[in-house]
Order: sequence, then C-alpha cells, then structure tokens
Amino acid sequence: MALSIVHRATGLALYFGTLLLAWWLIAAASGPTAYANVQAFTGSAIGKLIVFGYTWALMHHLCSGIRHFVWDLGYGFKANEREALTWGALVAGIALTVLIWIIAYAVGGGR
Amino acid sequence: MSGPSSMRTPLARVRNLGASHSGTSDFWRQRLTAVAMTLLIVPVVVVVIMLIGRNHAGAAQILGSIPIAIILLLFIIASTWHMKIGMQVVIEDYIHNEKLKIASVMANNFFCVAVALASIYAILKLSSGV
Repeated sequence: MALSIVHRATGLALYFGTLLLAWWLIAAASGPTAYANVQAFTGSAIGKLIVFGYTWALMHHLCSGIRHFVWDLGYGFKANEREALTWGALVAGIALTVLIWIIAYAVGGGR
Repeated sequence: MSGPSSMRTPLARVRNLGASHSGTSDFWRQRLTAVAMTLLIVPVVVVVIMLIGRNHAGAAQILGSIPIAIILLLFIIASTWHMKIGMQVVIEDYIHNEKLKIASVMANNFFCVAVALASIYAILKLSSGV
C-alpha cells in the first residue's frame, strides 16, 4: 500500500478547503445575505459534493495521521502491522465520513 | 559548510540548530497541532452539525456563544499553523528552483496567516454581536 501520498494529497485538499470554512465564518459575521449565499452554495449538488469530499479528506487525514503517531511512538513497523494500520486508516476514514453525514442528515435535515 | 573534513565537532555543528536555526521545532509543532486537532475534532464536528439547516440568526447565536467560539478559535489556530508547516514541507520536497521556492514559502505564509486572521476576526465579531 502506498497511502502516504494520499495523506499528503488530502492535506493539500484541506489546505484549500479551509477557504470554504473561512468564507462560511466571514459570511456568518457579515449578515443574512452573505450567509444565505454560503447556504445556497453548500446546498447545491456541487457544493454538497465538495463538502462531502472535504469531510472525507479531513477524516482520512485524521485517521492516517493517527497511524503516523503510532509510528512516531515506535510501534507498528512489522509488515503485517503496517498493512493493518494502513487499511484501518482507510476504512475508518470512510466509515467516519459516512457516519457524520448520516448524523448530519438525521439532526439537521428536518430543520 | 561542515563537510567530513571539518574540524568542528558534531556538537558545535548542531549548536545553531541547522540551516533554519530552528532545528526540529517545525517537526514538533506539526505533531503538537495534530494532537490538538485530534482532541478538538469531536466538538468541532458537533458544532458544525448543530449549525446545519439553521438560518443566519440561529447560526450567529450559536457561533457567538463563548465555549463554541473558544473551541473554534483553538481549532483555527491549530489548523492554520499545521497547514502552514505541511505545505512548506511539500514545497521544499517538490520545488527546487531557489527563487520559486522562496516565493512559494512566502505565499504559503501569507495564505495561512490571512485565513487564520479572517476566521479569527469573524468569530470575535460574532462573539461581540453582529
């Protein structure tokens, strides 16, 4: 598995994705019109896709980063352990993304 | 530079903490901010979910509350610092033209500081009432 490049790629995606977070906060501080513009974007199909991608990038980078912590602490260097950590990070990142979106729809969908 | 034929001792060479004069501080801060965000991610996700589907008045009220503002401020500081270091590593790995590299590192710093300051300003403004 060569997942370290995915860690870096998701990091780059998150780097530019913070613009979305900053835009959202600035809009909330600016007023109802600006905030409605953000909501129109995040509510659109392309907006939802970007936010979904952002969620996955964040969750994958988090899980993959925890894998790096394990290595930094000096554990998990055997071949089977490396494989397990890598697959674990990949699966956990996808699972957390789906879980967050299910909760988000369950909680926020009716508002 | 201290090559193999240098008369300087290994200790003398590391005393100035390398070419950046900061040694392993970026390595340490990258992990420090990563741990901070790992601790903060659950409350941050909860805050974002709390805001879904709310209009501006509802969102502004939630974002302006003191604990939520503090959680978001901590997350913004940790994340913009983390991404500044991460992007610099990427730049230093792939860009070998010296002038382009310096320009990229500068642009990276400007971008991260701008994102951080804009977000912090927005939260402080929400905290003091729009």
